[in-house]
Order: sequence, then C-alpha cells, then structure tokens
Amino acid sequence: MTITEKILALHAGKKDVTPGELINAKVDIALGNDITAPIAITEFRGVGGKKVFNRDRVVLVPDHFTPNKDILSAIQSKAVREFAVEQKLTHYYEGGDVGVEHALLPEKGIVVSGDLVIGADSHTCTYGALGAFSTGVGSTDLAAVMITGELWFKVPPTIKFVYYGKLNKWVGGKDLILYTIGDIGVDGALYKAMEFAGEAIGRLSMDGRFSVCNMAVEAGAKSGIMEPDEVTRKYLRNRAERPPRFHFSDPGAIYESTMEYDCAKIEPQVALPHLPENTKNVTDVGNIPIDQVVIGSCTNGRIEDLKVSAKVLRKNRVAKNVRLIIIPATPSIYREAMERGYFDVFLKAGAVISPPTCGPCLGGHMGILAPGERAVSTTNRNFMGRMGDSTSEVYLANPAVAAASAVKGRLAHPDEVVKP
Amino acid sequence: MPMKMRGTVWKFGSDIDTDRIIPARHLNTSDPAELARHCMEDEDPGFAGKVKPGDIIVAGKNFGCGSSREHAPFSIKAAGVACVIAKSFARIFFRNSFNMGLPILECPDAVDSTSAGDTLDVDFSNGIIKNVTKNKVFKANPIPQFMQELVRAGGLMKWIKKRGMV
Ligand code: SF4
Repeated sequence: MTITEKILALHAGKKDVTPGELINAKVDIALGNDITAPIAITEFRGVGGKKVFNRDRVVLVPDHFTPNKDILSAIQSKAVREFAVEQKLTHYYEGGDVGVEHALLPEKGIVVSGDLVIGADSHTCTYGALGAFSTGVGSTDLAAVMITGELWFKVPPTIKFVYYGKLNKWVGGKDLILYTIGDIGVDGALYKAMEFAGEAIGRLSMDGRFSVCNMAVEAGAKSGIMEPDEVTRKYLRNRAERPPRFHFSDPGAIYESTMEYDCAKIEPQVALPHLPENTKNVTDVGNIPIDQVVIGSCTNGRIEDLKVSAKVLRKNRVAKNVRLIIIPATPSIYREAMERGYFDVFLKAGAVISPPTCGPCLGGHMGILAPGERAVSTTNRNFMGRMGDSTSEVYLANPAVAAASAVKGRLAHPDEVVKP
Repeated sequence: MPMKMRGTVWKFGSDIDTDRIIPARHLNTSDPAELARHCMEDEDPGFAGKVKPGDIIVAGKNFGCGSSREHAPFSIKAAGVACVIAKSFARIFFRNSFNMGLPILECPDAVDSTSAGDTLDVDFSNGIIKNVTKNKVFKANPIPQFMQELVRAGGLMKWIKKRGMV
C-alpha cells in the first residue's frame, strides 16, 4: 500500500484499502475558518448538535478577513468565537494569537505525522508535508465531523512525483510545485493523491515542503503527501502535541503513474494569469510592469520565505509606484522576523508589514487590486479577480522572485537585484 | 429533491473556478438571496438577473476548481439552478454538491453537443440526459451507490440524523 492508503486503512479500521473504495474513517483533526465555520456551526445546530465529538480536535482559526474587515465579517467571526467559547475548544485563535491556519496548525504541533485531517478549506492538503493524510472539504463535511468524529472518503489513486538532482539557485519548493502543475495542468491530478519523493524533496526544509503540498489542490488533487524523515522528526520534536505515527509506502505499492523531474532543468517559475498551470521561467516572461507585490500566505509566508525576501531586499528599495506588502503567516513568524532584523530591511526598502492574515490572497483586504492592476504574489491562486477587480492580474512566484520584482517594478529574476 | 427536471441551458467553459462562481468579496455573508444575486458575477455579470428557476448550467472540465467554499454550489442552488452538467468537476465542489443536495452529473458528450439556450430533460436517478432541442440522448457517468443514498436522504446532515448519529 502507499502511505496514503495505509493512513486511510488505519483510520477506517481496515487491514487494507484500494483506490476507488468508499470508506468511513475516524478524523484526528477538523479545521474551520471565519468563512467556512459559520455555515458548519449553523448546520451543526440545525440537526440538533449539542457537543463536538472532541474539544481538543476541532480547530477554529478565523484568519481570512481578520482583523475583521467590515461589519459582516465581524458578525461571522463573532459566531465562530461564541461557538468556540461555548464548546470550550482548546484550539481557537484570534487577535494576537491568530495566524494563517495552514502555517499555524503545524507550527503549534496540532497536526502530526500519520494523522487524518479534514479542513473546510481547500489548502488543508498542506499538512501532507508531515506525512499526514489531509484534505479540504466543505462546511457540511466539517459539521458532520464536529458531530460524529468521522467522515466518508473515496480512497484516491496515487500519482508519484520524483524529483532528482540538486535545486538551482533561487529555486524552492514553490518552483517545484509550479513547474509540476505547469506540466500536468490544473486537473492533472483530479481526485488523486500526489506523493512527492526524491532526493530534492529530501533536501527541502519543512517550510519548503509545506509550499509543495500546499498547492497539490491546484493540480486538482485530493491530497499531497511526503514520507516523513529526519527533517520531519526534528520539526515535530518539542512541538507535537500527540505522538506522531510514521508511515511509509511499501516497496511494492501500486501507483497509477510515476512522473520524474530533473531539478537541473527547473528555473524560478512564474504562473501567468489566470491559472496556476500557465507557468514559465521568470527569464522568459519578458517585460511585465507591476503595481503590487504580496509576500505571505499559507504557501510562502513562513520564516524561510521572509529570510530570502530580506536577502533580496537588503540595501535595495522598492520601485517607485509599486506597493510591497509583506505578511508573516503567524505571530511567532512575525516575532522571529522582527528579532532577526528582517523588519528593518523591509521597512528601509519601503514595504508595508501586515499582521498575520489571509488578507489580499483571496481578495479580502490589505491590498486589493484596482481594474487593470498587476501583482506578483507568493500565494497559490491567480484566478481571474482573485485579488481584486476582475480585470486585475496576479502572477504567482516564489518570495525571491517577488522581492526582486518589487525592486525592479516588473517581473524580475533575483540575480538582477542581488549581485553575487 | 426532484429526480427529474427540464430546463434551459446556460453554457460555460472549462476551469470555472469558485472565485468566478462567487467572488470572495461576497463571502462575508452566507445569506442565500445575497449569494444568489452575485452568482457567476465575474464570468457573466448578467447571469444572476436572467437565470430562471429550473435552468441548467452546462460547463467544460474541472468546474468549481479552487476554494472549498460551499458558497459556490450554494449560490448556484440559491439562484434557482436545478442541475449542473459538466465534463468533470473539481473534487471539493463535487463533494459539496452531494452534501447539500445540488444535483450534478458528469457527461462530456452531452456538454460537447449542447448549446446555450437548448432545452434539456435530465433524469438524475438513471443519469439520462435528453437534449430536447437537438433530439439527442446521453448517459452520464454513474453515481456511486453511497452518494445516491446521500442524495435520497436529502444531504449529509439529514443522512447523519437518520442514522441516529447526532
Ligand atoms: S492564505 Fe490564501 S490560500 Fe491560504 S488559507 Fe488563506 S486565503 Fe486560503
């Protein structure tokens, strides 16, 4: 069996499972946010739900429109808060404790290897980087799990993606996944599990691995996953709140197909509007002037992302008439970036530093685009109108490319800004 | 929910994402009337004003890709759309639709041979789609037994309630 099948079988109380099989499985962690949880709470109450199945395992993170951007979103957040208080939830975060959910849960050790996680948010697939099965669902699914602690799943077939060789300079997890989506398309892994493997994955930090699994859904996948290793174990040490369970794919595991990539061929990538599959090498996009740059989100708002941004921005200044918005993904990343002196670099460069929030990633607040404006963003979606007006454009890239583009006022390669 | 429907077709292309079905700027509410008013706003600004109860959406591949927001199938349902037929659906949208009782069918051939404004007869129970305008009949991909059960129960929450799990 693959690692995915093993985790699903274990949670369904079965010896084995095969792709296509419908199972009912126990859920370790169920997540909701300020957009999806209010609907789940209404449905929970609507069928007469009184108590969540386990107050340690239902996690509510109002991160999308917070700090509340308007009255309606304040009403949604209030509903989440009242429910969290009523149910005495252990994991409810707001104010100075809240961060972008998919950065916050692993950081706090709420998700561990071997878990089965569902979240009413499509990027729940991020936690696959820890060797957990995690997948995005809807609010009704979340309501069902809050009551029963279980949910129905169709066991997905797995496609294996193997990355050979060494990463080129300025290339990170974001580029591997953009390159892959560019290759297989936005429905290239529809309904499937993507298992990421190979020496290049092994050499990625946890931050880089989260970026890869985060965007599995952008290829249509149900989940992304990586086998745990020493890097995973080290990350979990002193933070896992439950004992992790390490699973590995059997040597004879059956994959629907296997894709292989030579990392020597992968340069920093850019996904052009309006689909993540429209990828090109940054050096091949030509002269595209920009109005805004966003560095943050559950894809690239972690400390390693801010570190490389600071490296590019040091002694540089954001181009005239370009707004650079930097959003550390969690309060502890925020503090660490401050203590390491990155804020000084960012402020000198002319950046705005936002509190942790999803904010502009989904066109919520903190940097909405006007008609015709163009942004380079380290987020995961460049759909039409995603960050503002429907005639605005989003170009997806890694943090180094985003920072270099802010300095140049157009899409740029980091080498254009950082002299070796 | 009714298993048989007849309606007029609205046709859309491939990879219609959840931001186009209902943009995030309207996600600060879950009020059905409000969500219906903005359904497909960035794709076809006139859609919400013109769509009639019982109409059918026909679309290309990967319909509903992107966010997990249930507001997407919900806004379609609230706009009065009876059924969505596509070449394929993104998986969370697929799941959400069954969980909330919005009938959806996958049928690439029917999509290719159907134009905007055609009249379709759809029988959800056996997946038979008849294009009345063009006088052609198609069969959609079969729906797994369990999902039919969900639909018969009236969605996931009612299914749970029926099984006494609350
Ligand atoms: S940062 Fe963006 S993609 Fe991630 S959870 Fe928030 S809105 Fe979704």
